[in-house]
Amino acid sequence: MEEPLLELRNVTKDYTIGGGLGLIKRKIIRAVDRVSFTIPREKTTISALVGQSGSGKSTIARMILGLLEPTSGQILYEGRDTRLWVKENKRAYRRNVQVIFQDPYGIYNPFYRVDRVLFKAVKKFGLASSENEAHSMVIDSMRALGLRPEDLLGRYPHQISGGERQRLMLVRILLIRPKLVIADEPVSMIDVSLRSIFLNNLQDLKNRIKMSCIYITHDLNIAHYVSDDMMVLCHGRIVETGETKSAVKDPLHPYTQNLVSAIPIPDPKKRWKDTVEMEGATFEELRAEHGCIYSHRCPHVMAICKKEIPPLVEVKLGRKAACFLYSEVIEAAESK
Amino acid sequence: MRAVTPLSWEPILQVEDLRVYYKSIYGEVKSVDGVSFSVNPNEVFGIAGESGCGKSTLVEGILRVIRPPGYIRSGKIIFRNTDLISLDEEELRKIRWKELSYIPQGSMNSLNPVLRIEEQMMDAMISHTQISKQEAKEAVLSGLKDVGLPVEVSRMYPHELSGGMKQRVIIATAVLLKPSLIVADEPVTALDVVVQKGILQSIANLRDRYGMTVIFVAHDLAAHAEIVDRLVIMYAAKIAEIGSVYNMFGDPLHPYSKLLVAAVPSMEKEVLKGIPGLAPSPLDWPPGCRFHPRCPYAMPVCSKEEPSLKEMKQGRYAACHLLE
Repeated sequence: MEEPLLELRNVTKDYTIGGGLGLIKRKIIRAVDRVSFTIPREKTTISALVGQSGSGKSTIARMILGLLEPTSGQILYEGRDTRLWVKENKRAYRRNVQVIFQDPYGIYNPFYRVDRVLFKAVKKFGLASSENEAHSMVIDSMRALGLRPEDLLGRYPHQISGGERQRLMLVRILLIRPKLVIADEPVSMIDVSLRSIFLNNLQDLKNRIKMSCIYITHDLNIAHYVSDDMMVLCHGRIVETGETKSAVKDPLHPYTQNLVSAIPIPDPKKRWKDTVEMEGATFEELRAEHGCIYSHRCPHVMAICKKEIPPLVEVKLGRKAACFLYSEVIEAAESK
Repeated sequence: MRAVTPLSWEPILQVEDLRVYYKSIYGEVKSVDGVSFSVNPNEVFGIAGESGCGKSTLVEGILRVIRPPGYIRSGKIIFRNTDLISLDEEELRKIRWKELSYIPQGSMNSLNPVLRIEEQMMDAMISHTQISKQEAKEAVLSGLKDVGLPVEVSRMYPHELSGGMKQRVIIATAVLLKPSLIVADEPVTALDVVVQKGILQSIANLRDRYGMTVIFVAHDLAAHAEIVDRLVIMYAAKIAEIGSVYNMFGDPLHPYSKLLVAAVPSMEKEVLKGIPGLAPSPLDWPPGCRFHPRCPYAMPVCSKEEPSLKEMKQGRYAACHLLE
C-alpha cells in the first residue's frame, strides 16, 4: 500500500512558560498530546479538526506546516518527515502543503496591491513562462471562483472586503494546486452573508484540483457543512473521529455530546431544553490530570477514567472514540 | 413609526429617528441613520446585522456613551418618559448602572488585573449608592451566585478565571444594582460554544428572575434564535425589519432578512447560499433602498426612493418597496 498523504504519529507539543530570570517557576503546558491521524492519498477529503479554544488545533496546524517542531512524535508527508522536507525541499513542500489563515487582514501588506499575492505565487513556483501567461492564469482562476478580476486587480487590501480577501487566498490555491491545504478558521472573521460563498468555493476546489484539506474550526455548524470527516480535540487529545454527519448526529464521546448539545440552532422553535453546567477547571488544572482528559467534567465518569488514558478505538464502522464507556470494544481491540 | 406596544404596556425604551454620525476627513460617516423602535418591559430585544451595519454605534448612541468624532445628530431616546438626549452628564451618571446598565463589547478583558473580583464589584456599588461595605459585599456574593459562579470567585483575581467566568463576572457586575434595562453588546462573541450557551442562559435567567429588560446585540443569528423575543435586523445603518423572533426565522419579510437567515450555517441545511455583492460604504450609502444593489428582487423604484419602515403585518415592520 502507498503511504498516506499525511500521517501524524504520536505528535506531542509542550510549551514552556515562565522561567527566564529564574524568578518565576517554569511550567510546562502540553498543548498537543500524542495525536495520531492520517489523511489518505487515494481520495480527497475535507477533514475538520474541531476543538474549543486552547485545544491545540492551531498548534497542530503550525507543526504540519513546519513552522513549529513537535516535542516528540513524527509528522510524515508522503512518508517523509516534515522536518526533512522543510530542511531539504522547502519549496516543494510549500508548493504541496498550503495554508489559509484566520485573519484576512493580517496576511496582506497594506502598501501592496492585493493581486501581488497571486503574481508572487506564480513567479515563485514558476507556474507561467511569460508575464502574459501569468496574467491570464490569474484572471482565469479568479473567474473560476466567481470573482470579478476587473473589480479586484490593482486594488489595495483596504478597498475590498474580508470575504474577498479570503477568496483571493483560494484563487492562490487554485493557481498553486497543492495536494493539501490547512485552513485555520478561514471564515470566522467574515460576515455570514459571505461565509457560505467561501465554503462553497472550497468544496469546489477540492474536486477541481484534487486537494485534501484540514479544516480547523471551533464551529460545529461549519464543520458539519463543509467537511467529510472530523476529528474532535479536547485539551490536546483526539477524543473522537469519524464521518462528520453521523458523528454530529450521534456523537460517541461524552465531550462531543456536550459540544453538539451546545450548538445554537438558528431556529427559535428548537431552543435548548437542558441547561449547561458551570465550566469548572481552568487550563492548568486540566493538564495536571491523569487519565481521561474529560474525566473531571464527564457525567459518566468511572474510577478507571481517573487512572488510565482511554485508547482511540473503532466503536462503529469508520467511527472511533477514546472513552471507557466502550470498554468491551477496547478489550476486544487489545486482545487482538 | 408607531410604537410596537401591547395595549396594556408602556414601552421601557423608545428610540425615534435616531441618527449617530462620525466626522471624518472624507466626510460624514452615517453609522446610524434614522432608526426607530421601541423595547417592551421584560423582553429580550435582539439587534442583529453584519459588521459595519451600525449595531454597536446604535447602542452607544442610546446609552449616550458615544465619543468624538462620533456624535448624535438628531433623534429621541425616551427611557421611562425621560429623553436621554436632554440629560447632562451628571443626570446621566445617576441613572446609569442603577437604571440602565451597559456591557460593552469585549468588556471581559477590562477587569482590573490587580484587584480581587469582589473589590472591583464593590467599588462600582459604593460609588453609585449609599450602601455600607458589608451590604455591598453581600450583594456581590449573591450577584455571583445569580450568574452561576461559586462564591470563592469573589476572592480571586481576573487571571485565575477563564474567559467565560470573566464574562459572568462582568454580567454580575452590570446587574448588581438591579437595573431595569441592560444593554449587552456581543457578550458571547469569542467564547466557546459550551461557555456561550451558559452565558446566554444566565442572561435569560436574570430576565426571568428580576424582570429586567435586555437589549442583546450579536451578529450571530443562531444566538438570537436561542434567547431573543423580538429581533431587529439592521442593514447599512437602517432597520430592515423588526418582528418576533419566530416570524423572523420562520417567515422573514425583507429580502435581506430572508437571505441572511438562509446564509446561517445549521445542521439542518444541506446547501447554503451567500448574499452576492458587497456591503456598501457608510461614507456613501447607495441611493434609494440601501440593499438594492445586492437585492435579487430589486425594482426600478428601489434605486430611487428610500422605503420607510412600515407595519406590514400585525407587529411586524419592514422597509421594502416589494411589500407595499
